[in-house]
Amino acid sequence: MKNIKSILLMIFSTIFLSANIASAATTLSMWYHGAGNQTEKDLLMQIVNDFNNSQSDYAVEVQDFPQESYNDSVTAAALAGNLPDIIDVDGPIMPNWAWSGYLAPLSISQDVLDKMLPGAIGSWNGEVYSVGLWDAACAIYARKSDLEENGIRIPTLDNPWTKSEFDNILATLDSTGKYDYVFDVGMAWTGEWYAYAFGPMMQSFGGDLFDTSNGKADGMINGDAAIEFGEWWQSLMNNGYAPGTSQDGGDRETGFLDGKYALQLNGNWAAVPAIEQLGDDMLFLPSVDFGNGPKIGAASWQFGVSKSSKNQEGANAFIEFMLQDQYLAAFSDGIGLIPPTAQSAAMSEKYRPGGPLEVFFELSEAQATLRAVTPGYVVASKEFEKAIADISNGADVADALDAAADAIDADVAKNNGY
Amino acid sequence: MGNNKLFKSQQRTGWLMAAPATLLIFFFLVLPFLMAFGFSLTNQRIFSPNPTEFVGLHNFKNMLSVHFLTVEAEKDETGAFKLDNNGNYQFPKTRKFTRNNPDYPHLNKTREWMKFDVGKTKKFYVLARDLIFMKALTITILFVLITAPLQAGIALLLAMLINQPLRGINIYRTIYFMPVVISMVVVSVLWKFIYDGENGLLNALLHFFSVGYFEPVDWLGQTDTALGAIIAMSIWQGVGFHMIIWLAGLQTIPVDHYEVARLEGANKWQTFSYVTWPGLRNTAILVMVIITMQAFTLFPQVAVMTRGGPLDSTQSLVFQMVERGYGKQDIAGGSTISVFLFLFVLSISLFQRYITREKIHG
Repeated sequence: MKNIKSILLMIFSTIFLSANIASAATTLSMWYHGAGNQTEKDLLMQIVNDFNNSQSDYAVEVQDFPQESYNDSVTAAALAGNLPDIIDVDGPIMPNWAWSGYLAPLSISQDVLDKMLPGAIGSWNGEVYSVGLWDAACAIYARKSDLEENGIRIPTLDNPWTKSEFDNILATLDSTGKYDYVFDVGMAWTGEWYAYAFGPMMQSFGGDLFDTSNGKADGMINGDAAIEFGEWWQSLMNNGYAPGTSQDGGDRETGFLDGKYALQLNGNWAAVPAIEQLGDDMLFLPSVDFGNGPKIGAASWQFGVSKSSKNQEGANAFIEFMLQDQYLAAFSDGIGLIPPTAQSAAMSEKYRPGGPLEVFFELSEAQATLRAVTPGYVVASKEFEKAIADISNGADVADALDAAADAIDADVAKNNGY
Repeated sequence: MGNNKLFKSQQRTGWLMAAPATLLIFFFLVLPFLMAFGFSLTNQRIFSPNPTEFVGLHNFKNMLSVHFLTVEAEKDETGAFKLDNNGNYQFPKTRKFTRNNPDYPHLNKTREWMKFDVGKTKKFYVLARDLIFMKALTITILFVLITAPLQAGIALLLAMLINQPLRGINIYRTIYFMPVVISMVVVSVLWKFIYDGENGLLNALLHFFSVGYFEPVDWLGQTDTALGAIIAMSIWQGVGFHMIIWLAGLQTIPVDHYEVARLEGANKWQTFSYVTWPGLRNTAILVMVIITMQAFTLFPQVAVMTRGGPLDSTQSLVFQMVERGYGKQDIAGGSTISVFLFLFVLSISLFQRYITREKIHG
């Protein structure tokens, strides 16, 4: 009985309070993909409260969605004409949403954008549609002791491993017989991970999803450089260096820390537990240079304004308000993401000079490469994932990449070239 | 007159009572089907700034088109066949014919589906424009052909086992029926752990019972075991449901038929083939039709456990339907498969109905 009373009281007070706010200011609705993560929610709510208290014209209201169903919710809302004023969007998906007419170009001052890492700014067709409060970066996880024992050079940003050097390293580590696999690339993480993590390797070979000169995949994703990448990828599996598509999800999470894998391709989000367990022995190494420079994927979740919003000005003002260094640093401290400006990196605990994850900020600055910026990316990413899975399972490399090229081009054609 | 009035008011009540179900069926089954049929003739996307265009039967043509190609072994300058180090004839890759080859424009962007040797120096290829659809179609049919008889047979066996008046038989009935109550998605997740290549339960059991001789197998990660693994698990999950239908059928057979059979001195097999089986005729038709239709909609197992892989060895029509319609935002492509599947399953059901019709003896 007491419970019911307190719940009722809560409901009434909420209604009363929100009515109060609504009468004072225009409401800006905002959707966010991070439901279920309390730290993330607290950080966001703090910014929202600060913004709502800093002026009296607008009041932001946040609604959370679980990440798995977030994109579907946005699609459904767009079909129904119910998009909120502010939406967050995964970087490579942004062009698709901009093309589909969900997003309006942002009007954020150039000074603010100039300070940010390129991976945190989402541009398409010459307009900025989204900006991120953070970026993400990948590195090769390794143990210093393992490398030293086997006489392996520790690579630097200026002097990364080359392809032939890396092949020798894999062979050397494999010959020790100490590991189940020497290079865990994370095949268990199906979905966007494939295009995010393996796509840049193909770019480093000289391939790509699309040929930017004519917008076609044929001749690029199945071109000579891409086939060379595919053959190399298949050799990882054939030599037993890397676990294949049936990798156990649990092994992906803990295999490196348990010593089952010698090297692991992973993101900054897994770095904190790795440091906690391995301390000084833990190394985050830059990507391998396969011939066209070392590359890693860029762009994470970002914020944009919906085209149907009647409060473009207010929505843009809120996004610009979010981009203050103190908030960027707070997000980084809270959930370990890379702060997108040098100032906020300096303020953050983990990415400041001398901080434990500083290397990721440098990696992001030096190696980050955007995924193909086109509305066709959604399908291209899926086809790339399928081609990689098939190649890993022993498919003919050229045939698998041909199939991806045709499927991607067919999709582009179906959409009148996007 | 009065009767007619009563009839009319009864009819009205009848329609009224049927209305909720009829409306639901119309809005959630009939209407979507009609829409799918319409979409399959267009280039409809989930969302797109481009207007939807009518494309006629293009989607169906593209999906179903198959071409044939005969290729001769490679020759050197003198016109003699080239041999590799092992003395085998060498054949050019089909890629030479299917990628922008001006001499074979009709084969452009087709993919190799099947190949056969014609003599020693020739190969015959079947090329499909939509290879993944063709694979999904053949694998789904294979799945139905294996699952339907096996599942029906095992279900009948179980039904006869639990149709005995033994003490505690209800416990067994519950055990066999239990998997049916669990959602297929949950079952798939559990069996994914069971089939795990390194520390899965199945490998551990086989290792134990073979006293260590058994090498662990990556059941879902190999092209030759993945489909079998899915079939075994699907049968395990679905068998209880059909067992219950068989059981209902068994219990409609009058006990005196069995008594007569016993008096006549029939053995067990004779009792089964002359009393039980004829008595189950209608149940058998029902079970076969239901299993066939259910098996054609193979989806959650594939979506959760293999996502069509490895190397398309577990593709299914419904999985491709969802993958295209939702994953690739190509509603037209998904609709085309669903219309095809509807017509395909409908014709099979009609065929089943035809061969099991009541024959009138002269």
